[in-house]
Amino acid sequence: MTDPDLCLEACDLSVRYGGRPAVSGVGLQARRGRILAIVGPSGCGKSTVLACFNRLHDLNPACDLRGSIRLDGQEILRSGLDVLALRRRVGLIVQRPNPLPLSIGRNLTFPLRHHGMGRRADRQDAARQAMQRVGLWEEVKDRLGRPASELSGGQQQRLCLARALVLEPEVLLLDEPCSALDPLASAVVEELVASLRGSVTILIVTHNLAQARRLADDVAVFWNRDGVGYLEEQGSADAVFAAPRSPITAAYLAGARG
Amino acid sequence: MASSGAACFDRAIDTALALLAWLVALLVVGTIGWIVADLLRQGLPRLSWAFLVELPIDAGRSGGIRPILISTLLILGVCLAVSVPIGLATALFLAEFQRGHRGFGPLVRYSLDTLAGVPSIVFGLFGNAFFSITLGLGFSILSGGLTLACMVLPLLIRSMETALRAVPAEHRLAAAALGLPQRVSLLHIVLPAAAPGLAVGLILGIGRALAETAALLFTSGYVDRLPGSLLDSGRALSVHIFDLAMNVPGGASQAAATALVLVALVLLINGFTGWAAQRWLGSLSSAAL
Amino acid sequence: MLKPSSSFHRHPDRPLLWTLRLLSAVAALIVALILLFVLREAWPALHQLGPLRFLHDPGWHPAAGGADAQYGLLPMLAGTLLSSGGAVLLAAPLGLGSALFATSYGPPRLGGLHRQLLQVLGGIPSVVVGFWGLVVLTPLIRQWHPPGQSLLAGILCLTVMILPTTALLSEQAVREVPAESLQAAAALGLSRRATLEGVVLPVARGGLLSAVILASGRALGETMAVLMVAGNVIQVPAAVFDPVRTLTANIALELGYALDLHRAVLFVGGLVLMGVVAVVMALAASLQRSPGHG
Repeated sequence: MTDPDLCLEACDLSVRYGGRPAVSGVGLQARRGRILAIVGPSGCGKSTVLACFNRLHDLNPACDLRGSIRLDGQEILRSGLDVLALRRRVGLIVQRPNPLPLSIGRNLTFPLRHHGMGRRADRQDAARQAMQRVGLWEEVKDRLGRPASELSGGQQQRLCLARALVLEPEVLLLDEPCSALDPLASAVVEELVASLRGSVTILIVTHNLAQARRLADDVAVFWNRDGVGYLEEQGSADAVFAAPRSPITAAYLAGARG
Repeated sequence: MASSGAACFDRAIDTALALLAWLVALLVVGTIGWIVADLLRQGLPRLSWAFLVELPIDAGRSGGIRPILISTLLILGVCLAVSVPIGLATALFLAEFQRGHRGFGPLVRYSLDTLAGVPSIVFGLFGNAFFSITLGLGFSILSGGLTLACMVLPLLIRSMETALRAVPAEHRLAAAALGLPQRVSLLHIVLPAAAPGLAVGLILGIGRALAETAALLFTSGYVDRLPGSLLDSGRALSVHIFDLAMNVPGGASQAAATALVLVALVLLINGFTGWAAQRWLGSLSSAAL
Repeated sequence: MLKPSSSFHRHPDRPLLWTLRLLSAVAALIVALILLFVLREAWPALHQLGPLRFLHDPGWHPAAGGADAQYGLLPMLAGTLLSSGGAVLLAAPLGLGSALFATSYGPPRLGGLHRQLLQVLGGIPSVVVGFWGLVVLTPLIRQWHPPGQSLLAGILCLTVMILPTTALLSEQAVREVPAESLQAAAALGLSRRATLEGVVLPVARGGLLSAVILASGRALGETMAVLMVAGNVIQVPAAVFDPVRTLTANIALELGYALDLHRAVLFVGGLVLMGVVAVVMALAASLQRSPGHG
């Protein structure tokens, strides 16, 4: 039986690029409404694994996924799955803010329209609420028609967060969302992520162990062996940070390696 | 001693090369100046508003070039109406759907590269055999425009593909991550972002089509009357220059005036392309930061 | 509210992809269509006369009819090769000189202006260059050595046509020499000539060569600029002052009234032309793939 608490589960997940293995044998669980921090040194496949959960790798024909990922018990790696619908349920925020080359307002209303929200007033309402949720509304309400590229980096990242939230996702994938931001903007985004706890299942990749400690309910530590990434250890944040089972994890968390 | 001899030799060669370089530069400037000055000297006295809007008289020896301008625009219109949709679709296909090095995409690319190397007179042969005779379009604006469409297609596709590839990949990724279908992301995100570059490609194609003569001689024909329909023969500006210069004794100054109009058009278009490319590509890269 | 996700089409992008594929196939088929139609039109001549007669026939009397007709394409092929060859011989050193002026020997501020002028020259339609050659150049040559309309006039007009190609591409090749190599040469105290000989030319050689080859492809296919000035007499020229007729000019002059076999032979001329240009382009392509350049 599937555990109703379990939102997202990867089993024996492997990724190859052009025949070369990048990640192998990952088994990962993310529980509903909790924040799972994925940590580990560079090049151990954290971001690669994250992009599997909304099948963004489909865009790269050289990329080959093996194994199984279940969202609410439903297999999402099967062919014939409605990938576009999946991506609506599983949002992604990347390291560098990537607003679409549209106005601030259209960045939110445009995806809504193409996901079937027909009435303009509904879209504007939803966009306003999402921007209020990320604390952007007061800053931009007078210039919704201006290009999103005019916003600061931190504002752009919050806009991207709002753009993901406006689609009411069940899962949010965050790929080092703060690493391209200055410390102040980084703190704002981190607070936002913390505030989503309970309403959305969050997977966050981070290099910043302090941030992982502050945010995470659960932690997964990735490592790499001969250039191939794998999952070294996972568990609740308290357990992993206080008493890591693996000596590699212990050394990494102590700052000795990586 | 030997080293100072070598240095002397070096200096002599260096001076000779510098001299050659300056000579070439002056030669280029001189040639352009010569051509332009001569066109101006012969053509400018004939050039007036009346020249643009009057009908040609006495095989073009006097009068104006109105039907020739209209035919040129019609031929250009047919050329663009056919080549732009095909060109844009092919550019989209090559830029957005082809990442591998095998299969259909490389075949299309290879075929277009070959097409780009076909001499323009061979396009004329083909247009005459295919559009004029086999399809029964005769010597007409339609035949000429279609022939030109085939000719400008490689240039159009090459520049449009470049424009599409200049759109940052993160836009496409962002749209995909939001679960937007590719057609939506292409139509609403990629195409608008690439619009300035696409326009540059379009203008390049127009310049190339306007300058062409050989492909039109046996497709759109020589008739200098005002065309009544696309199935009428129509004489392009370039063909008019050729005919006046070669077949009409005493037509040289009218040919020069027509050449001035054509050169002004082409240079205007080329200059605008250069300016636009610089301006928009500049703003594009700063927007990506 | 957002619609439930099940309302989505399974493959919403399929129709778009197939439309694009179809139109790309049309674009790709044009070159095949051209080859097919030129071959088809040339076929009666190839079939009835055989390829050797185009080489062996002493003259060109395609309209004579019956046994009197002669179909020798050799003088035209000679005209094409000689005029293009001459133009390339002139335009290659001029192009290199121009590239050196724009990159090292000229004042930096004039380099950009020089390039813009070359682009202007490249933008002048060939019919205009031909016209200029007809009314300005050939009378001058006539004063020097009649009749004026000659291989020399053709070569000069072709040179004007292809100089922008050789010059701009050569400049690009010279600019591709890495700045570190130039710095290293400067650090060794090499003179400008030695830098040129030891660093610039070896690195840029491939690019320079492909500039010349691409330009010769253009020269071979050029019609108007030679048609209007070269005199169009069918003969293998003995001197640069003799008039010549190129393959392209031959087609442009006769297609208007050619019938039957005569017309077919003109298409054979087109095939020969395509063949010569294809060989030159293949040469350029193999050069670009070969190591040492790119």
